Amino acid sequence: MSALLTVENLDVRHGLLQAVREVAFDVAEGETLALVGANGAGKSTLLRAIAGAHRPAGGRILFAGEDITRVPAHRRARAGIALVPEGRRLFPDLTVEENLRVAAASRRPGPWTVDEVFEAFPLLQPLRRKRAASLSGGEQQATAIGRALMTNPRLLLLDEVSLGLAPVVVEGVYHSLAALIEGGTTILLVEQDLGRAMSVADRVVCMLEGRVVLEGLRGQLTREQVTHAYFGLRQQEATA
Amino acid sequence: MTWVAAVVHGILLGGYYALLAAGLALMFGVMRIINLAHGSLALVGAYMSFLLVEHTGMSTYLTLLLVLPGALVVGYVLQLTMLERSLRGGELVPLLTTFGLLIVIANLLQEFFSPDVHSLDAGRIGPAAWQISSELSIPWFDVLTLGIAFAVLGGLHLVLRFTQLGRELRATAADADTAALLGVNARAVYARATAIAVAVAALAGVFYGMRSAFDPNAGADELLYAFEAVVIGGIGSLWGTLGGGIVLGVSQEIGAQINPEYFAIGGHVVFLAVLVVRSASQASRIRYALRRFA
Repeated sequence: MSALLTVENLDVRHGLLQAVREVAFDVAEGETLALVGANGAGKSTLLRAIAGAHRPAGGRILFAGEDITRVPAHRRARAGIALVPEGRRLFPDLTVEENLRVAAASRRPGPWTVDEVFEAFPLLQPLRRKRAASLSGGEQQATAIGRALMTNPRLLLLDEVSLGLAPVVVEGVYHSLAALIEGGTTILLVEQDLGRAMSVADRVVCMLEGRVVLEGLRGQLTREQVTHAYFGLRQQEATA
Repeated sequence: MTWVAAVVHGILLGGYYALLAAGLALMFGVMRIINLAHGSLALVGAYMSFLLVEHTGMSTYLTLLLVLPGALVVGYVLQLTMLERSLRGGELVPLLTTFGLLIVIANLLQEFFSPDVHSLDAGRIGPAAWQISSELSIPWFDVLTLGIAFAVLGGLHLVLRFTQLGRELRATAADADTAALLGVNARAVYARATAIAVAVAALAGVFYGMRSAFDPNAGADELLYAFEAVVIGGIGSLWGTLGGGIVLGVSQEIGAQINPEYFAIGGHVVFLAVLVVRSASQASRIRYALRRFA
């Protein structure tokens, strides 16, 4: 498998705060990679930098062999990178269907159409003419994922898709993700729930204070190792 | 009967105000740009039409075929060169930028066309009217203006509601960052919207030139009426702008019916009344929310 996305020594700042420090990893075509870590570890910032919503201070991002570090967000979307942002960020006054159709701006042909999205998320079918602001959290999340899929992405970035949703709704969201993964979509997801992350991902990258502290295939890592890396306990243990 | 005539003429005049306000409403409602140069851009349209008539002898209506595409280009370039930059500075900066543009346009027009008044020929329908009774006659030209205002506002509404450009425009206005993540090129979308707004302004300007004489400083006065129409109609609503224009026109005509000197003041009074009622209801809503909060 060749790398679809390569991140090299990436530095991203929020003003004086350095949120991402010299991060490097790659994602192979068809792979599902989970990015885990505590709040403030820099995961969301990293995803936003990959999608083009945040300009990095240093390093490079390569997508399908091309350097896209300086490419604006809308052209990255047209190249096949889609982000489902944290907090869903639907257009509140547009209907569900209009939210989906905005993504036609990416002008990428592919299998995903409005009808396909409604087939994948049947709960949205009766809501297609409703304003996005009137939907429940789970319905909004489904719309946000469907909207990203409408760009027919080669790489789907998912930021905390289960945040603030009832467990039964999260179950539904992950059920649809499983179908996507099976269909061969390359996915990079940020997830707080370690158990979930380790159950869907082929590989796990753990971040702590802006750096990658642990990386490995799902089968090679124990839950304990990840938990330690997650809270930054590994070094203390080694010195103890 | 004279009162009926006042109302009918007010409605027809409202059509002209709505046409003048349409571009303003589009930029204000969708992009949050208050374009103080809107009236001046309309005036530039009128002067361009005048130039074409002078040099080629073509009919005023035919000049629209050249004036409107020109205005599209002007709007597109205006957005990319000036408005986009000033928008990055916050909501107040476009206000200053367009105010500066208003002054620059007025001075340039004075330089090239002198401070004298000009006018455009409205063709054969200019003086034509239906004589309904001894006191009520309906000028064809006013009906044409109202019809065009209706078509322009309806067309804009359909574009915003049902086209990809409209969806991208509404999405960008709501959340430009997220729209970009879906492939929307916000710069191009806004530039196209401003191009449409300036073309509609130029169209209104040519109609203005056919209904009355104009001079280089007329832009600011026209802007005031357009602004009142937008505010009365409710910001962001295109059909509201048509209603706002008609309310303004009827108020002015009724004011003039009471006393010919009360033409403009009639409109201003209604405009202020709408503002007072709106802010009062807003204040009571805020009080209610605070009480629930406390």
